Amino acid sequence: MIMRDQSHHGINPVNLKGKAWVFGDDINTDIIIPFRFKSRTNDPYEMAKYAMYGLDPDFHKKISKGDIVVAGRNFGGGSSREQAPVALKYAGISAIIAESFARIFYRNAFTIGLPILEISEIKGKVNPQDDLKIDITNFVVENVRTNETFYARQVPEFMRQMLLEGGLVEYYKKYKHFPWIQS
Amino acid sequence: MQTTFSPSSSTLQQQHQTPNNQDISRYKNIIDDKSLTFAEKIISIKNVETSNTDSKKMCMSGDIVIVNVDLAMAQDSTGPLAIRSLNEMGIENLYDSSKVLLVLDHTFPAADEKVANLHAMIRDFVSKHNCMLIQGSISHQHILEQLATPGMIILGADSHTCQAGCISAFATGIGSTEIAAVWTTGQLWLQVPETIQIKLSGTFNKGIFARDLILDHIGKVGEDGANYKALEWKFSNDYVKRQFSMDSRACISNASMECGAKISVFPIDEITTKYLDDYPRINNNNEAEKIVIHPGNSAKHVDEYEIECNKIEPQVSGPDNVDKVHTVGEMANIEIDQAFIGSSTNGRIEDMEIVARMLKGRKVHKNTRCVITPASVKVYEDAIKRGYVEIYIESGAFFTNSTCGACVGTHLGALGENEICISSSSRNFVGRMGALSSKVYLASPATVAASAIEGKIADPRRYL
Ligand code: SF4
Repeated sequence: MIMRDQSHHGINPVNLKGKAWVFGDDINTDIIIPFRFKSRTNDPYEMAKYAMYGLDPDFHKKISKGDIVVAGRNFGGGSSREQAPVALKYAGISAIIAESFARIFYRNAFTIGLPILEISEIKGKVNPQDDLKIDITNFVVENVRTNETFYARQVPEFMRQMLLEGGLVEYYKKYKHFPWIQS
Repeated sequence: MQTTFSPSSSTLQQQHQTPNNQDISRYKNIIDDKSLTFAEKIISIKNVETSNTDSKKMCMSGDIVIVNVDLAMAQDSTGPLAIRSLNEMGIENLYDSSKVLLVLDHTFPAADEKVANLHAMIRDFVSKHNCMLIQGSISHQHILEQLATPGMIILGADSHTCQAGCISAFATGIGSTEIAAVWTTGQLWLQVPETIQIKLSGTFNKGIFARDLILDHIGKVGEDGANYKALEWKFSNDYVKRQFSMDSRACISNASMECGAKISVFPIDEITTKYLDDYPRINNNNEAEKIVIHPGNSAKHVDEYEIECNKIEPQVSGPDNVDKVHTVGEMANIEIDQAFIGSSTNGRIEDMEIVARMLKGRKVHKNTRCVITPASVKVYEDAIKRGYVEIYIESGAFFTNSTCGACVGTHLGALGENEICISSSSRNFVGRMGALSSKVYLASPATVAASAIEGKIADPRRYL
């Protein structure tokens, strides 16, 4: 079994910077990674080759490490597949900003340590390839081109802690308990 | 064909967290509270903070609560990632393997070497930990037929886990690493959802089914119309209630995922009781585990709808989004390459029966292939026993083993470039059943069968 590359963990995502890739509403998990690929591997780098395959099979080749996905409503709807945020993360996406997220995708992204930010007014405020800066400690996004600042919906403290540690696995390895159990 | 590794008696003895009859009296104040929704009641009961004390804390929608979980499932495409997360965390022991279910259903039997290797990984895990393994029944249908009881909290690494709401369980989907955490501690955090109440009235016209009803509703509220929310279904009278068999309720609870619902719950009534009698739970523990929870009459709902069954027409959804819903009349004459009847949404015996009635003495159109896939080994056996399979074969349709198969384009009915399929399965998303250029329309099994006969999208009413 291929182990996860440690360089992706314990990322210090306090300040992220990347170029925006802009998508519309209802980007579901079948678009993010089709079943027939994700169900035939357990290797995150293999999954990464199919990130956003449903809209652009070459997406993983076009993006640079640290780029940011921006989308409309209901990002990540459909299947519970954790491989969806994993594929995006290992393809090099550093964060996702959307007007809203589907329930299971939302949980999964925090679980695997992929920062996601819910900003209801983001639509129309970001153009493709805009440079964005994200302060993950405070959940604040800045569009460098327009100099506009956006404040994302806050999350429970245990989820923020889990995210800052790089996800549930990394959190558990460090503290030997799960983040929702306060010891 | 189907293997169940029953948990050893020593692991069964660890089930101290599930309330038994004696405990239920302690929850009486919660169960009787008229101001609480189903979700608020069950989470109040299963809340870990108060489960070992006498004073029960009420949990209200919006609260984040850690709950005791009664059953935690992963399947062959989410289990491998869960197992890897456990390994990475260095976790050797599961909290209670009798509450852990692994299911090989999505690509079963393995369609190729890569799937076979992942299946082997799951089998090794199951034999190491002595948890339950089901092969060749779709997880949600197996859970409904053999494991779920009213009042259980069921979490599954599969979005359609919400199907078990049909039997009045709190059942919802989560991801792989979170299910690994549940396997480790028997617990997980949940936010108590807000509730939408949907009252059903009127009677279905001929040729209209539960699937048409839920597609119609999703078309109205959109793919995120119930995101994070609980759906509570209610019948306006007994006459309405009797139209909704357990199979129909399961279809609705399952498909509620397509508007984002966290849970989708039907009331407990004589149909529930009869179902539990007809399909005894394998843990043989019905009474001890069953908690009868009726939603409070004066509970707060964020939305209320009424659906008049008599006003619904056959629905066709798609392509590419489930909420793109039309009447069959608007879509008639779209030519199809494949008609698929199956999946956890509509692959139950009631579906097999209606399709047999329609295909009897008729032929599948020569330009169309018709694939029929039962949702479980039990449905498979029953379809054979009742003679449906002979009818299917006579008509030129193909009857497969129980698997997710075509529903996720993994085997037994995947679509090629530009092919068009009408399907009773759950979703019609881009590339869901195969090539990115293929198109999927969703409809009731009856509408799919009519379309198979005509080779184009067709109204089922003329065949009934
Ligand atoms: S049949 Fe389809 S909807 Fe049901 S569990 Fe399988 S993949 Fe999911």
